[in-house]
Amino acid sequence: MSAKKKDKSSAETMVKKEREVSKAKLIPVHIMGKRYDVPEGLTLMKAMEYAGYKFIRGCGCRGGTCGACGTVYRKPGDYRLQVALACQKTIEPDMHITQIPFFPANRAHYEFADLTSAPEEVFKLYPELFRCVACNACTKACPQGIEVMDAVSALKQGNITVAAQIGFECIQCGLCTSRCFGELVQYHMFQLARRIYGARITPRAEHLIEMTKAIDEGRFDNTLEKLRHMSEEELKELYRKREEEPVTAGEDWRPKDKTYL
Amino acid sequence: MRLAYYPGCTLKTKARNLEEPAIASLEALGFELEEIPRWNCCGAVHSLADDDLIHQVAPVRNLIRVKEQGKDAVVTLCSFCFNTLKRANLLMKDDAEKRDTLNSFMDEEIDYSGEVRVLHLLEVLRDEIGWEALAQEVKFPLRNLKLAPYYGCTLLRPREVAIDSVENPTILREFLKALGATPVEFPESTRCCGSYQIVSSPDSISGYAWDILSSALSHGAEALVLTCPLCDYDLGQGQKELVKRHNGFKGMPLFYFTQLLALALGLDPQVCHFELNHGSPESLLRENGLLP
Amino acid sequence: MSVSISPGRVRSEFVKKIKELSGETLQLCYQCGMCSGNCPMVSNMDLSPRQIIELARLGLEEEIANSKTVWICASCLACTVICPRGFDLSRLMEAIRLLTLRKRVDYVRPEEIPVKERGELPQIAMVSGLRKFSG
Repeated sequence: MSAKKKDKSSAETMVKKEREVSKAKLIPVHIMGKRYDVPEGLTLMKAMEYAGYKFIRGCGCRGGTCGACGTVYRKPGDYRLQVALACQKTIEPDMHITQIPFFPANRAHYEFADLTSAPEEVFKLYPELFRCVACNACTKACPQGIEVMDAVSALKQGNITVAAQIGFECIQCGLCTSRCFGELVQYHMFQLARRIYGARITPRAEHLIEMTKAIDEGRFDNTLEKLRHMSEEELKELYRKREEEPVTAGEDWRPKDKTYL
Repeated sequence: MRLAYYPGCTLKTKARNLEEPAIASLEALGFELEEIPRWNCCGAVHSLADDDLIHQVAPVRNLIRVKEQGKDAVVTLCSFCFNTLKRANLLMKDDAEKRDTLNSFMDEEIDYSGEVRVLHLLEVLRDEIGWEALAQEVKFPLRNLKLAPYYGCTLLRPREVAIDSVENPTILREFLKALGATPVEFPESTRCCGSYQIVSSPDSISGYAWDILSSALSHGAEALVLTCPLCDYDLGQGQKELVKRHNGFKGMPLFYFTQLLALALGLDPQVCHFELNHGSPESLLRENGLLP
Repeated sequence: MSVSISPGRVRSEFVKKIKELSGETLQLCYQCGMCSGNCPMVSNMDLSPRQIIELARLGLEEEIANSKTVWICASCLACTVICPRGFDLSRLMEAIRLLTLRKRVDYVRPEEIPVKERGELPQIAMVSGLRKFSG
C-alpha cells in the first residue's frame, strides 16, 4: 500500500470512528469540578481529552502499566473517594474526577552500591515509616489492589522480602502516599525494598553466572565475529532457516545444529 | 495447647533474643505459639487524648486478627505491645461510643468489641503452668545467679492493665525463684528507664539508666532481668559511657526473662542469641557453669 | 516560683481545650505534690508536674508553652498510679503536647534523627518517639 493510500484509509477510519462517537450517547462527567458531556464508553483519560485536555504529563503507556495517570474519582451517592488509572477506567454518569499524576513525595537519595540487605537500610532512608498508624488508607487508594498497609507492616518488622513481594505489582502512581495520614512514601519505600530484594536477597542464578563468565572469556567471540562479517541477505537467510524451539519443548531441548551454542 | 501470639516489630529484628528463646521454651513446655496472620505494628504507645482515635486503630486491628483466627486470647512478650494492645482492648470493651466510631472507620474489617483477652507471657507461666510446675521442668537451675527483676512501666501501669500488684509486684521474683535463681529486690524495679526520650534527648537517658543500674548493683544484683526491648536499649546502649564515668562500675549484664527460661529448661543456648544482648552476659553465665 | 495572674493573662480557651483533650477534671488536684515526688524525670524538668497542673488550670498558657516539662515526660504513669485524687496527669501532659503538635509544630522530626541512630534504635523507640513528638 502506498503512503498516500494509507493516509486516505486512516483518515477514513478516523471519520468513521468520529461518527460512531457522535452517535454514542453523551453522559455528564465533572472534571475538576466542571461539567462536560462526553460519549459514554470512553476511559477517564479519553474523556478528558474529549473535553479538551492535552496531556504533557499524566499520560504514559495508556496500557495500565506505567503508573503515570493516577486519578481520583467519586461516584454520585457514594461518600468514598475511589482511585483508578485514567487510561483503564471507563467513565460513568456524573462521576467527579481529577488526576493526581504526580505527588511531590519525599524521595531518599542513596548510592545503591553502599546498601546491604539489612532492614535498617529502610529505617535510615525513610524514618517516617514509623509514623504509620495502620489506618489502611493506602490500601484503599491502590489502583493495583495491593495490600499496601501489609507491605508497610512488613518493612516495620524488618522483612524486606515480604515487602518486596507484596509490593511487586506497584507501578509507582503515588496515590497511596497522597492519602497517607502519617505522610509515609509507600511507593518509594517499596521500590527500595524491591531493589534490595532483587540485588541482595534473592539467590544468584548459578547458570547465569557461569554463562556470563564464559562470554567474558570469549566463548562466543568467533561466532559473533563471523556474524559481523555477513551481509544483510546472509543474515536474513540464516534467520529464516533457524531451527525453532517448539512451544512444548522441555528444559533439556537442544538444537540439532550446535554451532552457535 | 496452641496460643495466639502477637510478636511486635522489634522482636523480629533487634530483639530476636526475646522472641526465639520464648518460642523454644514454650514448645518444651508443651505450648505452641501461633503467630497471628497479617499483624501490624501496635503503635507502641497508647494514645492518651480523648479525641485521638486514629492512634487506636493499629492495636485494635491486631485484636481483630486474633478474633478472625477464632481465638479468645493473645499472648505477647514485649511489654510495650502488651500494654498498647490491652489498653486499646479495654477501650473497645468499655466505651461504646468510641467502639462504634472505630468499627465504622474500619469498614473493611469485622466489628470488634473487646472479646479477646490480652495476656503477657509471664501471666501464662503463672496462671496456666504455675510456678511449682515450672520449677519441676527446670533442668539447669540458675543457682547462685543474683538477678534483679526490672519491670519498668508497661507491665504494671496503669492499674487497669497491670499483671500484678502495682506497688509490690512479685511475678518476676516468683518466676526467677522457680528457675532456681536468687532474686534481688531493689526499689527502682518499677522506675521508668526514660522510654522514648531516647529519641529526643538521648543524653538524659544515661542518668536514668544509672539511677536504676547503680541501685540494683548496690543491692547485690549481678544482672538485670527485663521484659521490654526499649528498656534493654535504654539501659544497655549507654553502659560503655557509664563504665568510663563511674569509677568501679564494670557494666551490668541485661537478660530477657525468656533467655533465662530457655537456659533453665536446658535448651540449646544458641536460641538465646546472647550476641544481641547489651552488656555481654556470657561471662557471668560461664562463671556459674551455665554456659560451656 | 512566682507567677502573676491577671484577667488579661488567663486563657480560658486553653483551659477548655486541655480539659476536652485530656478528659480530666483539673479541679480534682489538691496540689499535694505526690506526682512530682514520684516522677523519675523531674530533675530534668523546669516546671514540676504539680506546677503544670496548677498553671494549666489557671489558664497560664504562656508559662506552659515556655516550659520543656511536657516534652520531658515519658508517659511512664508513675504519677497516674500514685495520685490520691485519681487525676491522670499523663493525659494532661499529652493534651498539652497535642496543642503544639496539631499546629504542625513537631518536637522531633524523623529526618532530624541522626542516620546512625535510626539504624540502631529499636523500632519501638522510633514508633513511640514519633507518636509522642510529631504531629
